[in-house]
Amino acid sequence: MNKYKKITLDGLIFQNPTFMLVLGTCPTLAMIKQSATSAMGMGLTVLVILTLSNIIISALRRVIPNSVRIPCYIVIIATLVTFVQMLLKKFLPDLYESLGAFLALIVVNCIVLGRAEAFASKHTVGEAAVDGIANGLGFTVALTLMGIICEFLGSGSLFGLQIMKSFKIAIFSQPAGAFLVYGIAIAVFTYVIDAFERSRRVKANKLARENLLKEAV
Amino acid sequence: MSAFILIILSAVFTNNFITVKTYGICPFLGVSKKTSSAVGMGIAVTVVMVLATLVTYPVYNYVMVAHNADGTEIWNFQFLWIIFFIFIIASLVQMLEMIIRKISPSLYNSMGVYLPLITTNCAVLGVTQMFNGVTSLGDIVTGVGTAFTMNIGWALLYALFAGVGFTLVMIIMSGLREKLNCYKTHKALAGFPVAMITACFICMAFMVFSYIKI
Repeated sequence: MNKYKKITLDGLIFQNPTFMLVLGTCPTLAMIKQSATSAMGMGLTVLVILTLSNIIISALRRVIPNSVRIPCYIVIIATLVTFVQMLLKKFLPDLYESLGAFLALIVVNCIVLGRAEAFASKHTVGEAAVDGIANGLGFTVALTLMGIICEFLGSGSLFGLQIMKSFKIAIFSQPAGAFLVYGIAIAVFTYVIDAFERSRRVKANKLARENLLKEAV
Repeated sequence: MSAFILIILSAVFTNNFITVKTYGICPFLGVSKKTSSAVGMGIAVTVVMVLATLVTYPVYNYVMVAHNADGTEIWNFQFLWIIFFIFIIASLVQMLEMIIRKISPSLYNSMGVYLPLITTNCAVLGVTQMFNGVTSLGDIVTGVGTAFTMNIGWALLYALFAGVGFTLVMIIMSGLREKLNCYKTHKALAGFPVAMITACFICMAFMVFSYIKI
């Protein structure tokens, strides 16, 4: 059980694909400048594709020859993206419209291929599924948070709901504002994680020293 | 003639791939630490973009859909374009790498290392999918009007200048980052955050072009 907890925490916080590894930047920037809703939709779409691709690749890890593994992964991911694209077009046309070209570009999203190469090809199906969900959730939460900030500053609304009437900083609904918000978000996130790990290390050191002192006495 | 100028203006400035469409951000942030590598990456991306368009445009319009003499469809599997295109791009990059290694080892040493990275680059898949189902040049380049029907020549020209715009922004970014290395930044901001804030200012500069009315 501890193993699954570590995978989940890694995907969500310590190895967060958006803030810590800075992967999948193109859809992140394009979606957070649009609106919080489309950012969340993008995150959930990637969550579904990532989980399914992780499960399939992990199940096939003994079948796929090592020398042609990347083309195999790409075909699996491209097929999944084609399926998801058709389903969204049929059942969620609004989300399909707002994702636009970036729905197809999930194929070349580094997160999906990166998790397949780094994790799914070496672990069991259960672990790969948990890893897919954790990384997808980390991506979704990061995108939604930045989408909220960008949408609020850029058009004074939250998830399409107008909150402040005449408040609008147009740059935050442009790529420039998205870059600014993303950069500052990475800085804040890494700073907080660093401080947290440092305090944890300090606490552990203090405990060790007290134990030593106790033994010496 | 005006269509030529409009394509160049649109692909390089008003619809720049990095600063307006946000395609290809991974190499933009990852390979822009030195100007020489930024130029190599830009040229490699441009070459692959043009070659990929050269192959995918006919495949999409003539292979994946076929018509009888009276215009009825025999088959149409354009909905599978993602799988087709990603396979074409991946094999094209692999082939290009082998050819360059054989013909010119010195070019391979300077440019070949960036080639495998290009397969998973949004910019190449992004430029090839732009022309899917487009019948008039005016649909992708504003201000051209409906007089020009889309053909492979326009597609290649657009892809070429989209690559030029990509290279231009890469060079600007790498110059700024080389300069930034001379200054001390706060520990939390070092690395990606300060690169993104720099990119923010480049985007602001490129926003000026979006106010051009033709």
